[in-house]
Amino acid sequence: MNDSLPPQYDRVQQGSLVAGVVLLGLSIALGFSNWTQFFRSYLVAFIFWTGMGLGCMAILMLHHMVGGTWGFALRRLLESGAKTVRLMAVLAIPLLLIVPKLYSWAAPEADRAAMPPFKRFYLSRTFFTGRTIFYFAAWIVLIYFLNKFSAEQDRTGEPGILRRLQNLSGPGLLIYGLTVTYASVDWAMSLEPKWFSTIYGMIFMVTQALSATALVTVVVMFLSDRKPLSDIVTPLLFNDFGNLLLVFTMLWAYLSFSQYLIIWAGNLQDEIPWYMARASGGWAWVALALIVFHFAIPFFLLLMRFIKRRKRILAALAAGLIVMSVIDIYWLTVPAFEPKGPEFHLTDYGTLIGIGGLWMWLFLSQLRKRPLLPLHDPRLEEVLHHG
Amino acid sequence: MRKHALYGLMAEFETADALLEAVRKAREAGYRRLDAYTPFPVEGLADALGFHTTRVPLIVLIGGLIGCFGGFFLQYYPNVIGYPLNIGGKPYDSWPSFIPITFELTILCAALSAVFGMLALNGFPTPYHPVFNAPRFELASQNRFFLLLEARDPKFDAEKTKQFLVELKAFEVSEVAT
Repeated sequence: MNDSLPPQYDRVQQGSLVAGVVLLGLSIALGFSNWTQFFRSYLVAFIFWTGMGLGCMAILMLHHMVGGTWGFALRRLLESGAKTVRLMAVLAIPLLLIVPKLYSWAAPEADRAAMPPFKRFYLSRTFFTGRTIFYFAAWIVLIYFLNKFSAEQDRTGEPGILRRLQNLSGPGLLIYGLTVTYASVDWAMSLEPKWFSTIYGMIFMVTQALSATALVTVVVMFLSDRKPLSDIVTPLLFNDFGNLLLVFTMLWAYLSFSQYLIIWAGNLQDEIPWYMARASGGWAWVALALIVFHFAIPFFLLLMRFIKRRKRILAALAAGLIVMSVIDIYWLTVPAFEPKGPEFHLTDYGTLIGIGGLWMWLFLSQLRKRPLLPLHDPRLEEVLHHG
Repeated sequence: MRKHALYGLMAEFETADALLEAVRKAREAGYRRLDAYTPFPVEGLADALGFHTTRVPLIVLIGGLIGCFGGFFLQYYPNVIGYPLNIGGKPYDSWPSFIPITFELTILCAALSAVFGMLALNGFPTPYHPVFNAPRFELASQNRFFLLLEARDPKFDAEKTKQFLVELKAFEVSEVAT
């Protein structure tokens, strides 16, 4: 099929697999000298790449609900990206096996009798494991049906399938919101079990949506010069991608600042140490970098139309936003382990790029299975014939 | 003010595609002073007309900056200089709590300068405009698409331009008096 992924991506796919296996292998080898550190690095990489797949799923469902030309170019990429969640389910198993190594509430020396009764019940290892299994089950089922209906639409072209996709996506977005909120509380917030923030899950959702949109923008840039994407990808479409990135960048800043403002104004002893750790020592520089490179600079650049319409510039900016999303997750989680400031660990890079390699390999192998543009979507046919 | 007998020629088209095609041909033929009137936004029309950037973004930026600094000063001055009060032991210059209002005023001033800047640059309010002299022009807000070639275009020639528009298969070509 000439409408699917061009053959030169075979090598990218193999390269990703090799890089993934080698780097993850090297990190595991380093892990023999310090398993705790290995799993701390692994947790950050796991949270980021799971979020990438979930972000793809969320944007996909959003597009089923609201439509728009921008989504047809992205649809296949998002479907393939969402399918990586099953890989992340496998990669979650090691984490579930070593919960006491990472989470202070599960550590053998934890004084569980002193915990409030509900917290003791909620933050128990069995319940934690059960919840994680439940999240992945819900996501995998949702992604399975999103892909199944879409494949049926390609095959049969039956117009009623669009309706089915919408009926799935509406509740699906609700499920996404709830599960990601709980998952972010479990995996990241409970690293510091005394601290809590109700906006926390939203920050993770926005980071997922932002990193997924940024990734597919970069991939579309590479694919846009040849058929079939060249049929519908125009500078105007990149303008749309740029606007989406702008929205998510602003929303990220809005939510992150709201959380900060509320906790700063309240100045309560259970809440404020979380920010004290993140705004002192080396972490202060990371926080400053987030403000400048995750908000201020991308915000001003994305306001400008000439940047949004030049795909190479926009893709470079999107790549920068992916890096900043990683740093944001790092800044949200790692101070729990390294309160004095960020430390240098090879495993941080090894696990992040290693899991990323496996992610990219699965993403590309899913992408090659089907044509790059959805067939028979009634709304896309309208675009192609009237655009 | 001297009165021109002719403001321009108005051509009426039945479909958006016909209008778009006519606009492209007119641009190719060298017409620069032209405008189109449609009942709904037509994709690609602005580009075909040779849409150029305006000064609205600059006005919005200035408005936004005024709102931003004004909003911050509005809170900074009374809290730090004019009437400093100890609130919850916080420093007088508690800038994080000034941000929401600073942000809101930035948006408000930017939005207002966008609306009024756009209106001013468009020359509004304009109580009288010659295009309304064109017959059936009210259909531009219903189901017809209009192309106007202005008489002040250097390429304009009452006879040749009329011929040109007829060749573009306009439904009707009419003269527009000033």
